[in-house]
Amino acid sequence: MDADKQGRASVMLARFENPGALLHAASELHRAGYKKYDCHSPFPIHGLDRAMGLSRSRLGYLVGLFAILGFSGAVLLQWWTHAVDYPTIISGKPYFAYPAYLPVTFALAVLLSAFAAVIGMLVFNGLPRFNHPLFSSDQFRRTTDNAFFIGVESADPLFDIEKTKLLLESLGGSDIEIISERD
Amino acid sequence: MSSDIRDSLRHHSTETALVTGNPTFAGVTADISAIAESKTPRAWYIAIAITGSLALMFFGLIVHLILTGLGVWGINIPVGWGFAIINFVFWVGIGHAGTLISAILFLLRQRWRTSINRFAEAMTLFAIMCAGIFPAIHVGRLWVIYWMFPLPNQMGVWPNFRSPLLWDVFAVGTYFTCSLLFWYVGLIPDLATFRDRAKTKIRRIVFGFLSLGWRGGNRHWRHYELAYLILAGISTPLVLSVHSVVSTDFSVSQLPGWHTTIFPPYFVVGAIFSGFAMVVTLAIILRKIFKLQNYITLFHLEKMNKIMLVTSLMVGYAYAIEFFIAWYSGNQYELFTFINRATGNYAWAYWIMVSCNVLIPQLFWSKKIRTSIPAMLIISLLINVGMWFERFVIVVTSLSRDFLPSSWGDYSPTIFDLGLLVGSFGLFLTLFLLFIRFFPVIAMSEVKTVIPDAEVHRER
Repeated sequence: MDADKQGRASVMLARFENPGALLHAASELHRAGYKKYDCHSPFPIHGLDRAMGLSRSRLGYLVGLFAILGFSGAVLLQWWTHAVDYPTIISGKPYFAYPAYLPVTFALAVLLSAFAAVIGMLVFNGLPRFNHPLFSSDQFRRTTDNAFFIGVESADPLFDIEKTKLLLESLGGSDIEIISERD
Repeated sequence: MSSDIRDSLRHHSTETALVTGNPTFAGVTADISAIAESKTPRAWYIAIAITGSLALMFFGLIVHLILTGLGVWGINIPVGWGFAIINFVFWVGIGHAGTLISAILFLLRQRWRTSINRFAEAMTLFAIMCAGIFPAIHVGRLWVIYWMFPLPNQMGVWPNFRSPLLWDVFAVGTYFTCSLLFWYVGLIPDLATFRDRAKTKIRRIVFGFLSLGWRGGNRHWRHYELAYLILAGISTPLVLSVHSVVSTDFSVSQLPGWHTTIFPPYFVVGAIFSGFAMVVTLAIILRKIFKLQNYITLFHLEKMNKIMLVTSLMVGYAYAIEFFIAWYSGNQYELFTFINRATGNYAWAYWIMVSCNVLIPQLFWSKKIRTSIPAMLIISLLINVGMWFERFVIVVTSLSRDFLPSSWGDYSPTIFDLGLLVGSFGLFLTLFLLFIRFFPVIAMSEVKTVIPDAEVHRER
């Protein structure tokens, strides 16, 4: 609470018993109008996106863009090196022998999409991030083992220490704690 | 929601439990983490001493090869491709089962894959590493290997993109990179588990670094799951394309026995066949040593044995159709090549191939054999032998007996060829031993989704 007076961001963390309780609590928070909260679980829980009112990830568009870049980059590379910069006749094939260029074109399109998928996922998620307030909570360590948490950020307009705590408790949250950002 | 319930009901009523022993979430974490956290077993030290020595021998032989030249091998003219290319094709093929399990079975919603995908993917990575070394050292002048990449140079020339040998560089390079990314993305949540369980500072720092600060938030899982799905989607065509490209190394040439259109599918099926044999071999050893019988169950092994049976039939069909087309084409060189394979100098290799790949796997028709651990261990090892000999038959018989009898020649490997083959197994197994000692061998975050506790509607 001290942290709040100093205007620093903090997170209210509540633990839930099982995926079902987490899902229920998430949808109730969403219905109550909370925006800045997240559910932490050891594995992805289906239905949680809808319960939290999250849209589908836009990662696919990024990957599609990079697939096109990889494809056209590979075609340009092979066309320019073989038909423009240093044309050579090899086994009687035309300079721009597009059927023969397909394997490399395909490979480069796949390669760029894979990098886009992984790096895009990390960028969208703000990872890598090695320091986070949640890491200072002892019980939060169990989130990668068998515990389910909801963390509501104090930055949420609806956040109120008493009311939010009551709401989380009424939804079955236990071991509620407030974690403050440390400088 | 209702479809979720129906899914889970269907899942429970008709399918065998994917994980036995009814573990809890914490049980899964504890079981799998214990492998990497407990005291290193004595057997592990003994095993890595052996495989590590072989791996060192492998690198020693490579140094000798580079300092001396390709003459240390048994290759000659006409048989310019010996063990190096056989081993290359063999190891790339092994990798394919890992990708099939991680990508295709994921897209097909085969939830049983969750127990075996992690180590199968690791197997893929290590197999591609072994594979990649062979063509690299086969170029002879390793110090100009960068000529294979389109780098501007003072000669002004570029690599020949119309050559299958260059396609290979890109196909295998992409395959390795994608497999590595796919494997690593799958590992992130489990590495975070290791980070959170870490008792020592070194473990906390290393796994903290590797897990990239993963917090398991649903706003992260959302992107994570889509990234995983996309990686599965783009790895799926790789299962088919990589070995197809490898097969064009042969089929684009005009040699009898190589110049056939059946090669791409034939190679892909063979690759999946041999890869599953390797997965089963490793799975049997893993589950025995680390007592993972509840995770890698007989149900998993039996499914993989069925896949081997199916792919064995497909491989057998390819052998038969090759013969038929050789006769039906009316091309005397083709016909001679195939009769020579079955009756000539290297007929012993051909019949090892046919027995190990087509005849012996037929034993899997029997449920008793399909579910017997010793039987499947022996059969899977024999399949690997058979698939290595398949590549031997393809490479050596065609090259040694091509068109003109005056240009025929025989091939026999030298001690260096054999040493490199054995050494590559040493490298493969060393990497695998390191992996099972330090990393989560089973995808914990995925297994947790298939145990009954994970069902959202169970409590309400």
